[in-house]
Amino acid sequence: MLKANAGNPVATNRTAVARKSDYELEVTRTFDASVHLVFEAWSNPELFKLWWVPKSAGMTLVSCDMDIRTGGTYRLVFRHPAFDQPMAFFGTYKEVTPNKRLVWTNEESEQGAVTTVTFEEHAGKTLVTLHERYPTTAALDEALAGSAEGLPEQFAQLDELLAGRS
Amino acid sequence: MVHYQDRLDTTFAALADVTRRGVLEQLGNSDASITDLAQRFQMTLTGMKKHVNVLEQAGLVTTEKVGRVRTCKLGLRRLEEEAAWIEQHRQLWSARFDALDKLVEHLKIKEKANAQSKRR
Repeated sequence: MLKANAGNPVATNRTAVARKSDYELEVTRTFDASVHLVFEAWSNPELFKLWWVPKSAGMTLVSCDMDIRTGGTYRLVFRHPAFDQPMAFFGTYKEVTPNKRLVWTNEESEQGAVTTVTFEEHAGKTLVTLHERYPTTAALDEALAGSAEGLPEQFAQLDELLAGRS
Repeated sequence: MVHYQDRLDTTFAALADVTRRGVLEQLGNSDASITDLAQRFQMTLTGMKKHVNVLEQAGLVTTEKVGRVRTCKLGLRRLEEEAAWIEQHRQLWSARFDALDKLVEHLKIKEKANAQSKRR
């Protein structure tokens, strides 16, 4: 499978992205810290909002409500300078097992994925595996096109394209 | 269900042959019939058909039969699309997890400092 960051030998902890099937995407990364710290960064809203939106994305997280427990819900609202209206992403936590597993749904559209994140500690390092399962192949293909996170990257590409044409 | 891993295996297997890479290069210049390719690579028709079949299975070549002539052309688009799709996802998750990495590093230092101050 295509391994991520192949062109960056300096990075020791690489983010690997693989398409596991027509419906599934898997992202893995090892963090140099014990599992309770990594899990805290995912489950404490104050910490979560510090890293979930990449700076390069040019987006701001307007609000971040996370009721982290099995059956609890979350709602993230983003704003991007290119849009008048904020964008909301929301769903339910299907499973919250501290330091082990997080499972949540994405309910902003019927084509939303179920996201499963597992945490495994090995010799003081933590392997995080994020797995997204979409209801259809088309939904997976279009996952980035329709997501707020994917938009800025597309805009950057559009900018490049336009710059090249002018 | 077609697995992407299997598909990539098929692709790389198809590319692991000097004649088949030559055929792709040739088709990059212009479409060609199986007969043309067999002549150019000094092979039997049956031998060339086998190579083209492997390339076709991998989605690297498409063929179309008109009358008695089977014309081959490059079918690289699928591979490029797949690579671009993966790259797009990788950019997002790399950026996100790099930020998480920094935060976790910060938490680790903080925890260590707390533990030390408690000991004193």
